Amino acid sequence: MRVGLFVPCYIDQFYPNVAIATLALLEKAGCDVSFPRQSCCGQPMANAGYAAYTTGCNTSFVRSFSGYDAIVAPSGSCVLHIKEHLDDDENPKAARQIRENIYELTEFLTDVLQTTIQANFPYRVGMHTSCHGQRMLRLSSMSERVEAPFSKAEQLLQNVTGLQLVKPRRADECCGFGGTFCITEEAVSVRMGQDRVDEHEFNNVDYITGGDTSCLMHLEGILKRKKSRVKVIHLAEILNAQ
Amino acid sequence: MNTTIKDHSQAASQFLEDKQRARWHDETLWFVRSKRDKAAHGVEEWEQLREMASGIKEHTLSKLDHYLLQFEAAAKANGVQVHWAEDADEHNRIVHAILEKHGAKNVVKSKSMLTEECGLNPYLHNKGINVVDTDLGEYIVQLRNEAPSHIVLPAIHLKKEDVSATFHQHIGTEKGNNDEVYLTRAARRVLREKFITADAAITGVNFAVAETGGIIICTNEGNADLGAHANKVHIACMGFEKIIPQTEHLGVFLRLLARSATGQPITTYSSHFLRPQKGQEMHVVLVNNGRTRQLGRPEFRSALKCIRCAACFNTCPVYRRSGGHSYHNSVAGPIGSVLAPNFDMKKNADLPFASTLCGSCTNVCPVKINLHEQLWHWRQKIVAAGYGGRAKTASMQVMRLVLSNPVLFRVSGAAGRSVMRLVPWAVNNRLNPWYRQRDMPIAPKQSFRQWYQQNRKHEQQG
Repeated sequence: MRVGLFVPCYIDQFYPNVAIATLALLEKAGCDVSFPRQSCCGQPMANAGYAAYTTGCNTSFVRSFSGYDAIVAPSGSCVLHIKEHLDDDENPKAARQIRENIYELTEFLTDVLQTTIQANFPYRVGMHTSCHGQRMLRLSSMSERVEAPFSKAEQLLQNVTGLQLVKPRRADECCGFGGTFCITEEAVSVRMGQDRVDEHEFNNVDYITGGDTSCLMHLEGILKRKKSRVKVIHLAEILNAQ
Repeated sequence: MNTTIKDHSQAASQFLEDKQRARWHDETLWFVRSKRDKAAHGVEEWEQLREMASGIKEHTLSKLDHYLLQFEAAAKANGVQVHWAEDADEHNRIVHAILEKHGAKNVVKSKSMLTEECGLNPYLHNKGINVVDTDLGEYIVQLRNEAPSHIVLPAIHLKKEDVSATFHQHIGTEKGNNDEVYLTRAARRVLREKFITADAAITGVNFAVAETGGIIICTNEGNADLGAHANKVHIACMGFEKIIPQTEHLGVFLRLLARSATGQPITTYSSHFLRPQKGQEMHVVLVNNGRTRQLGRPEFRSALKCIRCAACFNTCPVYRRSGGHSYHNSVAGPIGSVLAPNFDMKKNADLPFASTLCGSCTNVCPVKINLHEQLWHWRQKIVAAGYGGRAKTASMQVMRLVLSNPVLFRVSGAAGRSVMRLVPWAVNNRLNPWYRQRDMPIAPKQSFRQWYQQNRKHEQQG
């Protein structure tokens, strides 16, 4: 399967290990992975009200990711943006194909490749459920709905040796990152993040994990400021840990 | 930065200064949300109910004129006087004219967010009419000359100690007596007197049934009933969106409303008013006030499905941590942020941005309003109308240049990381809102792209 690896811009710049782990997981599963030239998907702009300015991002994205069997990214949020908003007047068919064939990493592993991943990560790990993946991409059940519980991330983590998964009391409350929200509503954003961090620290975890590095970057900033011993790690890094 | 963008943000930041109190506010509302979850999970067909409620409302909105006229005819046949108000001012004038005709000077009013929206209390006050809000929470905030901070729990921003101090000052309760039973009884005593001595009663409306011309009012305190039964004049005020086609539809909405609002299976009182009592006048005021404008905005029309349960308030992590007053609108929370720009886009330009777009509101909503998507659409409209803030526009334009061009993105990314690694104080300062309470991520020596070029084949031309 020809897979185009989509690496969100902040992962490329600040968290390259997340992308390296993602690439390794896809290659181990037998995918033929390419990393085409790319830039940001445009979500930070669109969510700040500037969707009209994202034409350049869209054109560039369509040019980069046309022709793959699947496009995979280690981010529910960026994938959601592409699924909901990617459009290209010059090339509507290619844009549609991308929208239909783009996957967040964990759903690609569980639903498309249907693989089980063997990994080893002997730590106490707190799960941070990122909103866009959960509520919009439906990567897991949510507390608001009356529905049977499920979680694609937890399904994968079940096979990780030594890992002890712990959920916070409010299992799926937003961390407060929210793109430009983390700047324009700094006080609320930080307070939301602190509340998440407090619950994970109360559970005495070694790591907080999740499927979106943007949320983890925000939580990491708060953890480091309070000199916490708790670290953040992306799901891909755990699944690739031996 | 545009100052309108700062409004909610600044108020929220003030709200959060008192950490203990902010935690209490968050936990109290989270408790209500948890009660709602328990109640919802007790109804196996919950998601079907939501779907039905949404469908009934969508249908009603598609024939709003038809159902309003049907309601008017049926209500008139029942002996109810029906009035139409185009806007808040006309609504207030109609209510005043009715009161004036009866020489009413003292009025009791049960909870009605519509009258808050229209500013009825100050309007009547200026005309020399005394209005007492009889819902306990509303009564408390009225004594304090404050606006409600929540549409179901109007005084949720206050603690017992605050209520005790307010009652001591206004109705002479013992100083420092914080016992809730004592305080509630004191309010009850005062309010009973008001019910009996009033000249007229104003109520809100939860549902108006087109086929019967009847209205349904849901309260936990029975205060709407006390007012309406004890007075010769009953004026019920409702926005156009309160209409439902048939009585049987109440079987869907009444099951959803209280469960979503407070986790109760049903409100203590669901009172049906069909016709005036003997010797009584009953009026219904049907109010547009921007609702047909909202109906004409395709992205936002479904916000008119709202039944004002406030489940979206209780679930909203931003509302819980910023309080209702930070929304500077009669309806706060996610639904308020969707409704407010319809009234005044410039004044309320900050509200659609007071959200992380986490989507909890959309999924808790009993009538399935796509709240987070509407917040997103308002952001686009607000920016397009030029209320996004000049500095923000400028920075976004730079971002657009950088991000839509892979080559530029690589160059500026590398430059940015070098700056962060070599001169961290350039970004790690108090002027950077990220850094104020959070550390910056540590910039690695190599981006993923650089790693990839060294460790895998060269990137392909896309």
